[in-house]
Amino acid sequence: MKALRNLLDKVQPNFEKGGKLEKFHAAYNAIETFLFVPNHTTHGGVHIRDAVDLKRTMFTVIIALLPTLVFGIWNIGYQHYLAFGIESSHAENLLFGLIKIAPLLIVSYGAGLGVEILFAQMRGHAVNEGYLVTGMLIPLTLPVTTPLWMVALASIFCVVLGKEVFGGTGMNFMNPALLARAFLFFAFPAYLSGEVWVDLTPEAGRALVDGYSGATSLAVVDANFTATPSPWDMFMGFEKGSIGETSTLMALIGAAYLIYTGVGSWRIILSVFLGGYLMGLFMNVLAPADAPTHIMHAPAYYHLIMGGFAFGAVYMATDPVSAAQTETGKWIYGFLIGAFTVTLRVFNPAYPEGMMLSILFFNVFAPLIDHFVVQRNINKRLKRALQ
Amino acid sequence: MPSNGTINLRRGFDIKLEGAAPKTLSDLAVSAIVAVQPLDFPHITPKMVVKPGDEVQAGAPLFHDKDHPELFFTAPVSGEVVEIVRGEKRRILQVRILADKKAASRAFQPINPSTLSRDHVVNRLLDSGAWVFIRQRPYSFIARPNESPKAIFVSGFDSAPLAPDLGFILEQSGNLFQAGLDALAKLTDGKVHLGLPINASSVLQQAQGVTKTIFNGPHPAGNVGVQIHHVDPINPQEVVWYVHAQDVVNIGRLFAEGVYRPERIVALTGSEATERGYFRTIQGVHLKDLLNNRVKTDQVRLIQGHVLTGQQTSQDAFLSAYTHQITAIPEGNHHEFLGWLTPGFHKLSLSRTFFSWLNKNKSYRLDTNLHGEERAFVVTGQYEQVLPMDILPTYLLKAILANDLEKMEQLGIYEVSEEDFALCEFVCTSKINVQKIISDGLEMVRKEG
Repeated sequence: MKALRNLLDKVQPNFEKGGKLEKFHAAYNAIETFLFVPNHTTHGGVHIRDAVDLKRTMFTVIIALLPTLVFGIWNIGYQHYLAFGIESSHAENLLFGLIKIAPLLIVSYGAGLGVEILFAQMRGHAVNEGYLVTGMLIPLTLPVTTPLWMVALASIFCVVLGKEVFGGTGMNFMNPALLARAFLFFAFPAYLSGEVWVDLTPEAGRALVDGYSGATSLAVVDANFTATPSPWDMFMGFEKGSIGETSTLMALIGAAYLIYTGVGSWRIILSVFLGGYLMGLFMNVLAPADAPTHIMHAPAYYHLIMGGFAFGAVYMATDPVSAAQTETGKWIYGFLIGAFTVTLRVFNPAYPEGMMLSILFFNVFAPLIDHFVVQRNINKRLKRALQ
Repeated sequence: MPSNGTINLRRGFDIKLEGAAPKTLSDLAVSAIVAVQPLDFPHITPKMVVKPGDEVQAGAPLFHDKDHPELFFTAPVSGEVVEIVRGEKRRILQVRILADKKAASRAFQPINPSTLSRDHVVNRLLDSGAWVFIRQRPYSFIARPNESPKAIFVSGFDSAPLAPDLGFILEQSGNLFQAGLDALAKLTDGKVHLGLPINASSVLQQAQGVTKTIFNGPHPAGNVGVQIHHVDPINPQEVVWYVHAQDVVNIGRLFAEGVYRPERIVALTGSEATERGYFRTIQGVHLKDLLNNRVKTDQVRLIQGHVLTGQQTSQDAFLSAYTHQITAIPEGNHHEFLGWLTPGFHKLSLSRTFFSWLNKNKSYRLDTNLHGEERAFVVTGQYEQVLPMDILPTYLLKAILANDLEKMEQLGIYEVSEEDFALCEFVCTSKINVQKIISDGLEMVRKEG
């Protein structure tokens, strides 16, 4: 480590102002601070600081995403072999999934971090760690069949229009990863709906099994909720969908880790589930009596285990920058996301995945929610002064 | 004994550090040179009354505030004024006094303050220089004698990391604490509030003529600002006064014994202090007398006060007017390879992102490393966990950063001081200098008002 440190110290002057590699200062700084926590000390205010920084925070989110990622990799292989009716081992499933997903991850990180460093250099700010998480979230929200150029496009869109136009991480008002996904969804609908969820690369001498359908549970639930996979399969994630979204269990494991470490807001996660569940119950009340398989009759908990509900609640709605920032606001924000998602699913079959749209929608409304919470605090103080 | 109200505070954080001071009290001989430093008192403009060569007694004026000529700053010891140290633009930094060994104070008549009128009490405090112990909120500067505060607050405990045990300190002074409280009671038409910890020492429990409230919770429960917020919050145009418990004793001594002696029982704390404990000395003492051979000297940060709000200092400095504690911790100017990736069994964090949560009772030897680089606000909900006040911290900070005076007022800037936000700064993932922002905000509203 000493040798590495010495090397960094030796080349550092080249990257400073006036050095011949000045253009790469941001990149050097990103790599240096990645390898070594800087030797900066406190000045002025407190003399000691909490050991946590944004790198550690983002790293914690990555750890929380791992169960989802690993299961996603497995499930991509599993769904592939299932489509062809081939018996496959866990290892085969994982291997197949890994081969398919690794390129998506590499492109997402490569393109996104490249643009991020470029902007940091142009604007003279440090490379923010946020993309460590965003770069993983983008592929996890996409179908495995997404072309690599589209992943690159989404990553660049995410950094440039999701964050940098607003001034960088911390200044954006919508979840950058979801914004990128929404961009692809509306720009290239053919690639993000229909028969895209399972990698159907032909297997020698095999045809698709009879009656194979590539539809996700969300695509079928609207017409007939009993046509979805069993609740157990949906909870575990043995179903079709975006790479990371299928398993509710894995998202819950991630949620437990995020909540325990204090990185993810339990208020948001809990209230999203609560909002979804209560709205599901409400739909049951409104359900038409003459159509017993109508989505409105679906048990309320179905909504929580279908599609990207859990994934969105745990990893997307909790993005602290785009969520409500007051503690009371977080309850309201989460609840509305959950309730709105179910409403969208039920009343607007054109966009079966209501989670993405409803998170983005309430990202926009989060400042308004906070405004009311802040106003209440102000009014309380005002009232006290007048007494 | 009347039952005390109890306020339970859930939010806050006790930072457990190595290096608490054992309860041993040593008397420290007054050093040759002591100094009074105008910069210890916010927003005053010193105008000298003495010149080098003058002989002074303890309690004799050295300088007064140009804008408030009734505020005298007096000699803590008797001796000869030897030097007036000036900085840039001839700004007065220190008035140095060569202490004689007599420790002679100007003589005041010993008297029970309860028998005096408000004017008498005020005049004696102003005349002796003991008035500077009384400070006001908002803004934390010296109280204005012509104003009438709605209440006076004394915190009976210090909850900061490695803080001195005020109960132990007050036990050393007999009934002077009570005499001081009696004097304070004369200064307000409102109440004198005394904040108690749970398990308060008998000196505090037996205090008379004050309204006692127990504050049960982690730091910053001992901060007077937090106590004010919960007992009698400050509205616009209102003023409350506060006095440190040790200075209540000094005020008590002025009346009960008729002498001015700004005594300090200083706790020497921190992992880099080799001989820790409590030391009885005087305001303005040269720190070398206190610290020589009692702290390590290599790669050590010396702090007047505690690790959250104290001022960085050196052995060559003098004890500041309001300092009750010296902390010595290691400097942290070292790189750490992949530090953000390690399990971190020895890294303290409010979050549980490091595995140090496995051992809840561990004490830490923390250094001054920043543990990262400054970033924009990203993580939310963190400040709220350590600020036991009905204040929306991030919104207040953003109002200050936006120079929005009206918003600052609406969000309660008058109720806060830098020290109340020190833990917010400690826990901040983005390494933002929260206390600096708060102090800028207070300065803005002060200038405006």
